[in-house]
Amino acid sequence: MGLSEGVQVVSFLILSAMVLGGAVGVVLLRSMVHSAFLLGFVFVGVAGLYVLLNADFVAAAQVLIYVGAVNVLILFAIMLVNKRIPPSKPGISARNSITGIVCLGLFALLAVSIYQVPWNIQTPIPMNTVIEIGKRFFSEFLLPFEIVSVLLLLAMVGAIILAQREFIPDRVAGGPEPLALPERPREEEDEAVTIAKR
Amino acid sequence: MLTLNAFLLVGAALFCIGFYGLVTSRNAVRVLMSIELLLNAVNINLIAFSNFLDPINIRGQLFAIFVISVAAAEAAVGLAIVLAIYRNRDTIDMDNFNLLKW
Repeated sequence: MGLSEGVQVVSFLILSAMVLGGAVGVVLLRSMVHSAFLLGFVFVGVAGLYVLLNADFVAAAQVLIYVGAVNVLILFAIMLVNKRIPPSKPGISARNSITGIVCLGLFALLAVSIYQVPWNIQTPIPMNTVIEIGKRFFSEFLLPFEIVSVLLLLAMVGAIILAQREFIPDRVAGGPEPLALPERPREEEDEAVTIAKR
Repeated sequence: MLTLNAFLLVGAALFCIGFYGLVTSRNAVRVLMSIELLLNAVNINLIAFSNFLDPINIRGQLFAIFVISVAAAEAAVGLAIVLAIYRNRDTIDMDNFNLLKW
């Protein structure tokens, strides 16, 4: 990295606040669409952390694959699965509080172990990672590289087979459209807003 | 000065947030989003190790690329499964996915 140390520290603080705040929003927000857009925000922040760690190729791959593909896929799934889950009982349930305690304990354990291990830290060397990664992919990591390509092909075929319809149902008189996705009925407040807009 | 511990702490916090979301959320799509958060936390750790402990042979970055591609495959198959279950059961509430229970 050609940046000075102050710039690096400030950008690390901004990026980690962005990542952690966005992740809390992804988990806790009620609206699924807001969660999905915040997830894209988190992915961009993680890509910025990769740039700080001298991993420019992985940062570019992160933006392309996560923000460009996975996030759009999740948005499409939210559009297709248009079902509102009835909200659980107000107040803090036992499951949430137990999970919160377990997560805090896990974080404390991880933090203690991070500070106790004597890491054998070497000085980072900025180098052209694209050339280095390409050389390694086609020499010592050639077999995993090819297996990953087979895995991606299998996942594509499997996703198509899982998501396709096996039969087209007959139309029932007065019933819904046969190929329409079951959607939740439009809420009253939405209708009121539309009427008010008119 | 950026240290290894700072990046590892960010990764640990992101992992714990993702784990909380994985266990507590009832929407199946949100569960998949939490899994993506977990995989990103692991990737931050791998790249931090690659930068600070192994700067000559950047093996952590190669591992992170494999993790990213497996995560993409997992997201596609997971969302296809969610769509198939939604067609059959007309819900995506995780509490109702008890087809294989007993």
